[in-house]
Amino acid sequence: MMNATPSDRKSSTLSRRQFLATAGGITITITAYGLAPSMGLSQKEGKRKAEDKQLTVWVRLEPNGQLTIYNPAAEMGQGSMTALPVILAEELDADWSKVRIENAPIEPDVYGLDRGDHKIMLTVGSWSVKGYFNSLRQAGAQARYVLLNSVANHWQVPLSELKTDAGLVTHQKSGRQVSYGEITSFIKIPASIPEIPEEQLKRPDQFRLIGSVLPRYDIPAKVDGSALFAMDVQVPGMLYGVIERGTIHGSQPTLQNEQAIRSLEGIVELVMLEYGVGIVATSLEKALNAKKRIKIQWSEDVKAVGHSSQEAFALYEKMANEDQSGEILTEKGNVSESLKTAAKTYSADYKNDYVYHAQMEPLNAIASVAADGMSAEIWAGTQAPGSVADTIAEALQIDPSRVTFHQHFLGGGLGRRSNHDYIIEAARLSKAVSKPVKVLWTREDDLRYGMYRPMSLQRLQASVDASGSLTGLSHCVVGDGGGLLTSGANNEFYAIPHQHLEVRAVENGIRLKHWRAVGHGPNKFAIESFIDEIATGQGIDPYAFRRTLMKESPRALQTLEKAAEMAQWNTPPKEGRARGIAFGERSGSLCTGICEISLDREKGKIRVHHFWSAVDAGIVVQPDNVVAQMEGGILMGMSSVLSESITINQGKVQQSNFHDYPLLRITDIPERIDIAMIPSEEPPQGIGEASLPVVAGAIANAFAALTGKRLRHLPFTPDRVLEALKG
Amino acid sequence: MPTFSLKINGQNQTVDTEPQTPLLWVIREHLGLMGTKFGCGISQCGACTVHVDGHAMKACSLPVSAMANGQEIITIEGLSEDGSHPLQKAWIKAQVPQCGYCQSGQIMQAATLLNTNPNPTREEILDHMRGNLCRCGTYMRILVAIQEAAKASQGQTLNND
Ligand code: FES
Ligand code: FES
Repeated sequence: MMNATPSDRKSSTLSRRQFLATAGGITITITAYGLAPSMGLSQKEGKRKAEDKQLTVWVRLEPNGQLTIYNPAAEMGQGSMTALPVILAEELDADWSKVRIENAPIEPDVYGLDRGDHKIMLTVGSWSVKGYFNSLRQAGAQARYVLLNSVANHWQVPLSELKTDAGLVTHQKSGRQVSYGEITSFIKIPASIPEIPEEQLKRPDQFRLIGSVLPRYDIPAKVDGSALFAMDVQVPGMLYGVIERGTIHGSQPTLQNEQAIRSLEGIVELVMLEYGVGIVATSLEKALNAKKRIKIQWSEDVKAVGHSSQEAFALYEKMANEDQSGEILTEKGNVSESLKTAAKTYSADYKNDYVYHAQMEPLNAIASVAADGMSAEIWAGTQAPGSVADTIAEALQIDPSRVTFHQHFLGGGLGRRSNHDYIIEAARLSKAVSKPVKVLWTREDDLRYGMYRPMSLQRLQASVDASGSLTGLSHCVVGDGGGLLTSGANNEFYAIPHQHLEVRAVENGIRLKHWRAVGHGPNKFAIESFIDEIATGQGIDPYAFRRTLMKESPRALQTLEKAAEMAQWNTPPKEGRARGIAFGERSGSLCTGICEISLDREKGKIRVHHFWSAVDAGIVVQPDNVVAQMEGGILMGMSSVLSESITINQGKVQQSNFHDYPLLRITDIPERIDIAMIPSEEPPQGIGEASLPVVAGAIANAFAALTGKRLRHLPFTPDRVLEALKG
Repeated sequence: MPTFSLKINGQNQTVDTEPQTPLLWVIREHLGLMGTKFGCGISQCGACTVHVDGHAMKACSLPVSAMANGQEIITIEGLSEDGSHPLQKAWIKAQVPQCGYCQSGQIMQAATLLNTNPNPTREEILDHMRGNLCRCGTYMRILVAIQEAAKASQGQTLNND
C-alpha cells in the first residue's frame, strides 16, 4: 500500500557508467573500474586495481579472490545490506568470507527494483529481499557463468563438466581445480551473458548461505563508531544550516527581527522558505543560537488551525454514524443483509492517536550547489536514493545529470526517509550561499514538523448466525490520509463470507506519512480486538475462534498453532497475569503474536512479561536477522501501543521531544521474546514490518482477559488504562 | 571567541567556540570525532554518551567551558584501539545493532557499569541503561551482550579508561 510513493527515476536516466546491454536484458560492464562508490563504511574499503575484474554490474573480483557485491537497497537497520548479497553469493557459489559489500551506484535502470514499466531504487514496505530475490539469484548465476565460461575455454573442456564449490571451480575428470581469484588472470568477459534458466538455479535444499546464520556486514562499523551516517559527513568549506519552523503545519512565517539576527556573529545568510526561515552560519552552535533568538509571526489562516485532535474524534464518530457511505474498498457478499438477519450482532469503535517516527538520527543532509547554480552534490541517507537527482534537479531547475548523490547509512528510516523534504532544504540553503551546507533538524524540528501516522476511528460491526459462525464484518475507517489509513484492513485469511470495507475521508491539514507497517498498526488493532470481543461474546476461546476462521488459510493457521504451542496457550498463566493473541499479515509475511501481561492497577501501568511470535516469511535468507527484525518490531510496537501519542490543539503540535513523547525504554522490555520461523520453500516475503501490527491486539486482548475491560483507544497510557478499569 | 583546551582520548585539543557550546558539537563538528551521536539535545536519549573521568555523561548537555579543566574525556573512538573492548566483541557476537545510530552511546553507557560492577544483575543492567533509547528495538540483545561481556570478564572490572 504505497499511495504516496515518491516518483522515482524512469528509464531515461543518464548513466554515469558505460554499460553494454545484452540479449538477456542484463547488462554487464567491462570498462568502469573505480567508479562504484563505497559509501557508508568509512574509509576502510579496499582500493580498486587494474587487475580487478568486473564480472557483471553486480560483482567485482580481485586476483586474491576478494569479491565485491553491490547492495542496491538503503541500509536503515533492516539488514538487507547483508541479506541481498547473500542471495547473489549463493548462486555464485562464493566463499562468503571473501565477500565485501558496497552500495550500488545510484542507477535505477541497472540496480532498481522492477516495477513493471520502469525500475526504482526505493527501500520501503519491506520490499527488498522479496523484490530482489529472483533478480539477484539470476545475477549470481550469471556471474558464475562468466567464471565457468572462462575456465571452460581456458582448459578446453565442456562447460557442463565444471562444478563450483565455495570459491572454487573444479573439473572432476582431469582432477583440476582453480580458485575464483586465479581465474582473473585469464578471464574473458563475454559480450553477452545468457539468462540462466530457473531449473539450473539451486534448489532450496542445496542452499549453503541462504538460511544459515551469517554475521551482518555492517555491524563491526556500528560498534566502533566508524559507520558513516549523513550527519557525520564534513565537506571542506562547509557551513551549517538550521530552519526555524512553526508548530502549525502549513503556517507561513513573517520574520520580525531580521536585523538583530543578521548582526549576530557568524550568521552568513537568512533564507525565507514558505514554511520557515533558514539560517546559515559558520558553525552549528552559531546557527542554533540564532534559531533560539529568531522572532517569527506565524500565519493562522491555515487548515490545520481548525484541527484539535482529541476533539476530532467526536467529529469522526459523527461521520461514522451517517447513513451515507464513504469510498467503498471491499464489498464481498452482502453485509447489510447479514447484519439484518443475524442471530447476534456486535459493534465497537476503536481509535488511535497520531504517532511520530522518532527515527534516532534526526533528519539532515548536506548539499553543495555550484556557484553557477547549475550542478549539485548531495550527501544524505534516504530510503529513495533513486529519486534524489530528479527531485533536487527540479528544486534547483537544473538537469538531473548534474546532480551527484552519495548515499549513507540511515539512522532509522521507518517510512520517514522516503520523502526528500530535508534534502531539498539543504539544496536551497546551499544555493543561497553558493557553499556546501549541512542542514540539521533538531529533535524538536523533527518531531513537531514531523509527518505522522494518521489518527483514525474505526467502526466495526459483525453478524453471527445461529450456529455461532461469524458471517459478516463491516469495517468503516474515518480519517485523513487515504491509503495510509486502510492498509491491513482486508481480511483475506479469515473465512468471513460477507465483508465490507470503506473509508470516510476528512482533511485536517496535518503532514502525514507511512510509518512502519502503515495502516496495519491501527487496523490490526481494531480487527484483532474485535475478533476477540466476538469470541468472548460467543463464549468461545479466542484461539479456537480464530482457528475456525482460518480453516481455508493453512499457512496462517500454522503460525497461529505454532504461537499457541510456544505460549502453551492451553495452560493457565501465573496468578495475576493473562495472555492475548492476535494475527496479522504484512508485506506477504504471516504472523501470530501472543503476549502475557500483568497490570499495576494503582498506576494503570501494563507490563508485558513475555512475547511469543510465529512467522511465515517464506524462504528465510538471514534467520538471525529475521529474529532481530521481529524483536525490533515487537518492541517498537509496544512503544507505540503503550505510550506514543502526538496531540494537536488548534493546529499546534503539543509535544516537542522525548520528555513529552516517551519511547519504550529498556526497563520496560519483556523478560523474553521468542520467535519461531515456519520452514518454507515459498518465495521470501518482507520481514521488517511483520511483527509490529499484532502487538496492539495481543496486548488489548490480554488486558481484556485479565480485567474484563476493553482498551479501545491507542495508546494505552496509564490514564486510559485507569479510565477503562473504572468503566 | 574564547579558546578551550580539552583532553579527549588521551590527546590535548584546542577549540575556539562560545563557552556554552555543548561538548557534543565540539567533539563532532570541531574535532571530527563522529562516533558520538546527536539524538535529542536534552539528555533524554543517550546517543551522545561519553566518559568524563570515567563517568558516563551526556555530551549534549555539558557546556565546553565546564570540560576544560583537565578532565579525561573518552569517546567511542577511544574506548579501544581496534574495536576489541569486551563489550564491542560481545556486541558483535550478539549482533546487536540495527540502524546502529544509538549504539556508540549504548556501549559507552554499558562500559561504565562493568567498570564498577563486574557481575551486574538483570535489574542492575536495565536500570543502568535506562537513559539510552533505541528506536530499532535492540534492547533484548543489548541486555544479552552486557551479560555476555560480564561473563567473559569473569568477575574482573573492565578498567581500560
Ligand atoms: S543527544 Fe544527548 S541525550 Fe540525546
Ligand atoms: S540500533 Fe537503531 S536506534 Fe538503536
